[in-house]
Amino acid sequence: MSKINYLPGKEPHPSETRRIFRNVDREGYNPSIECFIEDGGYKLLADALKKQPSEIIDEVKKSGLRGRGGAGFPTGVKWTFIPRGNTKPVYLICNCDESEPGTFKDRFVVHQDPHQLIEGMIISCFAVGAHFGVVYMREEFPEAAKIMQKALDDAKSKNFLGKDILGSGFDLEIILHRGAGAYICGEETSLINSIEGLRPYPRIKPPFFPAAIGLYGCPTIVNNVESLCQVRQVMEMGGEVFAQTGAPRSPGTRIIGVSGDVKRPGYYEVVSGSITFGELLNDLCGGPKEGRSFKAIIPGGSSSKVMRCDAQLKAANGSPMSVFDIALDLDSIAAHGSMSGSGGVIVMDDSRSMPKVLNNLNRFYAWESCGQCTPCREGNPWMLKLTNRMLSGNAAPGDVDLLKDVADQICGKTVCAFGEACAWPTQAFIAKFREEFVALTEPINALKPHSDEARAARQFLGRED
Amino acid sequence: MSDTSNPIEALAAHHDSPGEPFYPKFATSPKLIKEAKKLVALYPEGKAQSAVLPIIHLVQKQFGFISDESQQWIAEMCKSSVIHVAGVVSFYPGIHRKCPGKNHVRVCRTLSCALGGGEEMFALLCDKMGIDTKSMSDDEPVGISADGIWSIEAVECLANCGFGPNVMVNDKLYSQVGEAKIDEIIAAHSN
Ligand SMILES: Cc1cc2nc3c(=O)[nH]c(=O)nc-3n(C[C@H](O)[C@H](O)[C@H](O)COP(=O)(O)O)c2cc1C
Ligand code: SF4
Repeated sequence: MSKINYLPGKEPHPSETRRIFRNVDREGYNPSIECFIEDGGYKLLADALKKQPSEIIDEVKKSGLRGRGGAGFPTGVKWTFIPRGNTKPVYLICNCDESEPGTFKDRFVVHQDPHQLIEGMIISCFAVGAHFGVVYMREEFPEAAKIMQKALDDAKSKNFLGKDILGSGFDLEIILHRGAGAYICGEETSLINSIEGLRPYPRIKPPFFPAAIGLYGCPTIVNNVESLCQVRQVMEMGGEVFAQTGAPRSPGTRIIGVSGDVKRPGYYEVVSGSITFGELLNDLCGGPKEGRSFKAIIPGGSSSKVMRCDAQLKAANGSPMSVFDIALDLDSIAAHGSMSGSGGVIVMDDSRSMPKVLNNLNRFYAWESCGQCTPCREGNPWMLKLTNRMLSGNAAPGDVDLLKDVADQICGKTVCAFGEACAWPTQAFIAKFREEFVALTEPINALKPHSDEARAARQFLGRED
Repeated sequence: MSDTSNPIEALAAHHDSPGEPFYPKFATSPKLIKEAKKLVALYPEGKAQSAVLPIIHLVQKQFGFISDESQQWIAEMCKSSVIHVAGVVSFYPGIHRKCPGKNHVRVCRTLSCALGGGEEMFALLCDKMGIDTKSMSDDEPVGISADGIWSIEAVECLANCGFGPNVMVNDKLYSQVGEAKIDEIIAAHSN
């Protein structure tokens, strides 16, 4: 294999371990199939096709690989949820919707190294017995759609796709299906409805998960781009070796995308648990901007709960620690009340107003709710109105509690996990930065009317003010 | 805009746009039909309806937006009903029911880009393109310049958060957009 050099100015940090992003910003690398094959690509596929599908599933299970789409569900376990004795066709969908604010990782795979994903996907399809796969790509990646389509066509012309792949007797077609700018289509059941050509409302689950009843009513596996690329890594390294790197319960590397108030925002691929937030933000990202200090961190996409940088935390053994001591792996972040989600870290420094930040997120969720469940459809615009009212100086102290109440009433009462995703930011921002919200309010505002109707009614009830 | 009071008719009504001269009027052709059939053939037997979104993209790419007549045709192509196609069209923010300008600009307004000044870039772009920011609302997210050259829309996350503010012009993404880059962008797409 040729030596890897990266483009000037885009070299990885010494603390990084580039696996999935091995070819991202690599000098002389391009997304063509020739380049990938020359670099040793599609050999893993040839090896995998000689195995039994169950061997591959076992290998993935042994690796302890957990999904990178947000929920961190063990990939091998998900694959075994296809009902035993199933006679229907099985489908595999690659989730390349990448719409969680703060997340920007799959973008680089599909733009710069699409064959890595295709190889991982073919191996995964073979393992679960799927003969039809779909790459669901967000519409906002038009360039990537062209690159991916060409990559799929090229792979087919070389018989990595199509009939009797490499003489193994295994047939597989993979198509590219593009979304149209809706965040909710990243949710797996909404995504399935989108592919079926329906209005993409999420489906209720449990009792039936897509692995049992999914696309066209058939068992369907939905995996994130990074997860499917990691499957390829598992095949390369072997499940046991893969499981040995990184945090025991979430092994392998993770791509962390850092945005917001740091000197060097960008993407970093690190072994899970190998560094702390402090190292990530101060060493890899170069620390806060000149004259500023860190105030808050959203650790895993906009839906994950915000963490306050000056909070006193307790380690498992009871000793005091700070946010910067938390290791970057799923369980460590979860132990401190948030989640590592999609790996999108958003950082805010002391120049930022937290109500303003929350207001931005509330607008996102209000706009993106699919409208199927009443708490989510009505609650999100309500939360937006409340934060708008706070920012415009018309809120009363009671509105802070009302805002939290509304969030509490959405969480856990909806068809899909969007309900949690939209409530968590509000709940966490108020829990951690309550004083900033209260500071924007005035008790007298409680007496003010806030709508035209209320103003009209006021005319007859009280004196004009 | 035609003024109809019936909400269903209002949904189907044609919305005049200064961008229309820059796109052909919707018309089917053997080539278009062939392309649509190719899209339908990608999906499993009997699942023509899955091609709704791909065919919508095909039409929007060529004709700028999804007109009433095109919905009829799309429904025919994927063996579905017009009301069904209308349901899909009205769901997605990325599908236009009104013709955009010759160049369609999307500016990310979500948190990471907003922290980097995305909203200021949006205002500046509107100003340079001669689009009134007040002409846009949740119901009418797209603003179009009077000459039809530009249309602009504030969109949610473009998934390039580390390198904001992000702006997309047609199919091209511009990142780390500052005041200086805005003039470059406008010049690059002006002729
Ligand atoms: C509202 C919502 C949005 C989501 N958006 C995405 C997304 O953009 N990309 C993604 O990979 N997963 C997304 N997910 C998670 C998917 O539903 C699904 O869990 C994931 O694709 C599974 O892949 P994994 O097991 O490989 O992580 C979203 C979930 C929810 C509830
Ligand atoms: S929770 Fe929200 S996004 Fe999810 S199905 Fe209900 S209304 Fe739609």
